[in-house]
Amino acid sequence: MNAYMPYVLCLVLFCIGIFAILSKKNIIKIILGIIIAEYAVNLFLVMVAYKAGGRAAIFSPNRGEILPEVMVDPLPHALVLTSIVIGLATTAFMIALAIRLYGKYGTFDITRMRELRG
Amino acid sequence: MINEGMIPLFVAVPLAGAFLAALFKRLGWIPDLLGVLASLFSFCLSLHFILDTAPGASFAVNVGGWGSFPEVMGKVVGIRLVLDGFTVFMLAIVNFVALWVSIYAVGYMKRYTGRWQFYTLFLLMLAGMNGVLITGDMFNMYVFIEIASIASYALVAFGVGKRELEASFKYAVMGGMASLLILLAVVFLYASTGTLNMGDMREILSGTHYSGLVYLVFGLLLTGFGLKAALVPFHAWLPDAHPSAPAPISAMLSGVLIKALGVYTIARIFFDVFGFPHQVSIILLVLAAISMGVGALVALRQWDMKRLLAYSSISQVGYIMLGFGIGTPLGVMGALFHLFNHSMFKSLLFLASGAVEYSTGTRNMKEMGGLNRKMPVTGGTALAGAMSLAGIPPFAGFWSKLVIIVAAVQAHHMKLAAWAALMSIITIVYVFRITRYAFLGELKEKLAGIKEVPLLMRVSLIILALACILGGLVLLPQVRKMFLSPAVRVLIGMGGV
Amino acid sequence: MSKERERGMSVIVKTVTRLTVGLILLYGVYVVLHGHITPGGGFAGGVIIALSFINLDLAFGKRVSSGILSKEGTGVIEAMGALLFLALALIGMKYGIFFKNFMHPDGEPGELVSAGIIPLENIAIALKVGAGLFGIFLTLIAAQKFEAEKK
Repeated sequence: MNAYMPYVLCLVLFCIGIFAILSKKNIIKIILGIIIAEYAVNLFLVMVAYKAGGRAAIFSPNRGEILPEVMVDPLPHALVLTSIVIGLATTAFMIALAIRLYGKYGTFDITRMRELRG
Repeated sequence: MINEGMIPLFVAVPLAGAFLAALFKRLGWIPDLLGVLASLFSFCLSLHFILDTAPGASFAVNVGGWGSFPEVMGKVVGIRLVLDGFTVFMLAIVNFVALWVSIYAVGYMKRYTGRWQFYTLFLLMLAGMNGVLITGDMFNMYVFIEIASIASYALVAFGVGKRELEASFKYAVMGGMASLLILLAVVFLYASTGTLNMGDMREILSGTHYSGLVYLVFGLLLTGFGLKAALVPFHAWLPDAHPSAPAPISAMLSGVLIKALGVYTIARIFFDVFGFPHQVSIILLVLAAISMGVGALVALRQWDMKRLLAYSSISQVGYIMLGFGIGTPLGVMGALFHLFNHSMFKSLLFLASGAVEYSTGTRNMKEMGGLNRKMPVTGGTALAGAMSLAGIPPFAGFWSKLVIIVAAVQAHHMKLAAWAALMSIITIVYVFRITRYAFLGELKEKLAGIKEVPLLMRVSLIILALACILGGLVLLPQVRKMFLSPAVRVLIGMGGV
Repeated sequence: MSKERERGMSVIVKTVTRLTVGLILLYGVYVVLHGHITPGGGFAGGVIIALSFINLDLAFGKRVSSGILSKEGTGVIEAMGALLFLALALIGMKYGIFFKNFMHPDGEPGELVSAGIIPLENIAIALKVGAGLFGIFLTLIAAQKFEAEKK
């Protein structure tokens, strides 16, 4: 049971993020929700690579000796970096949008932005 | 000369154009020229792959030389770019539309400041779309989807008014959710198969009985790509985002972006990687039927011309998905053919609505009328697009809808066929609202002083209208063999990644 | 508020920043150049370089940092970094493969100058990321000012 705990926590984090996106009225909180959900996915991606007792992919105690069976999977680490960078771009863009929206409306509350209803 | 090493240029050239446009932003006309040249190059390259190779030939290139090695049991370790019949078909459509949209934009974007930003984002979006099409690697596909999406979020907000910012925020939140779900699905697939290459993934998955995990992945992917393709329960962002963008971008978004990011990816992954399981077929048919209905019915009561066209896009994507959902060779062919036609007529109609807005300054159809007399080229081309959308016989849209409905009848989906036919009648109704209120009838006094749009805009309108009129020729055996059939063959399992 | 920002923070912060900002920049350059043999690389190093500029901006106010690197300048450097990276990828095609490591394919572990085009790519990424992050920072700061003016 304990072995599954990190995955369950990951799911909880993801659900918190989705909950924030769906239920919050404040733009900043929605953006935070997206960030939290994104980090839950990134965390999950890192945990996929995990191997009990594994070590860094290129590291081996004796030079020249390669032991793939005790190494953690390095590919998800590279992937997670990429996905963090993409997340950075999305977040920066959405924060810039939020600032511009605040400039137009003077509020972060999405229920007061009614330009597009109907 | 055919060289598979040229495949990466589909991404590299628009990307280089994007950054060169950012570098030479002070020289006013250079970004315009770069935008046109980069999309012209991509289009010529895709034509070259269509015309100069055997139909259905498939090319693959391993980025950085990281192919398959015996140490990893013959699996591909790096990113493999693949170009087969389906890819080439989509590349030709995307780059054709991009070429004429960029030529149109040279005239249209004169009103805006910061044109270099427009071209940088436009070319980034093009690079992202081309990347989605040529990649054979799941995670790489996610990255390219994100490049194209983020560029399109920014392009939707290009006008920085209240409407644009709100639409862009909505689009960014929903698009971000979609990307998260896609990434989650990719992670699950990697965890269960140990590879990211689509071809290897198919081989690993085909031997096994699908577990619950794979069904979870189906759900995640359908939701994610459904959000990108704006299928109905997930469509809320599209009617806001597409009208808010500048007209060339509306044309790109509705014409090709939702297809490259949503429809193409659904077809590629579910047909090519998962072998089109029965459950997915049913889900696609249901989503398609709802999309067709909701899109068409809501479009009926729109007065904003671009918003009407945006709802119509939802409905037409439903038709494409119906063809894919049927899953027979005829259905897939109809879907691909309708995809081609929809790209042509919807980008044409959005460009025409942009031309109307350029001249009259309004998008509200109540304030228009009789525009045909003052703007004969815009009016005539829009009429061609509208006829194709409505499915009036000699125009291309008729043939593709006919193929889809016949395929539905052949596959014993009688109710769906009837539903599709009914919705195409409703399509005719809302299309005639555009032509009647905007282009025909009495000219309003307020609009007496309007002029026809500049030459470059007219040229692209005419070319796209020709594509709408002559699009039916794609069904001729000689053209079909070269263009349409290889794509169908890839999807129904004769050849592939 | 905005005037205070123009002038920067207190003497303590300014003094400490004056002492550390060069070291931060140097560390960023180190991480970039040793990216292929130690943990780190173009992205991490680029972030550290951007942080040194952001530090400067926060401590001394806008005038000092934009005297060194303006928003226009970040755009140019970012585009150059991206183009350099792309050029390296395309030069590889001359040798047959996109992204081919054409200069020194068989590196020696632990040697600084042995990894072919990878250090060059790291430098390109560092330019792109450093300038890009600093550009994002400047954009958000400028937007904040714009919003304050509106009120």
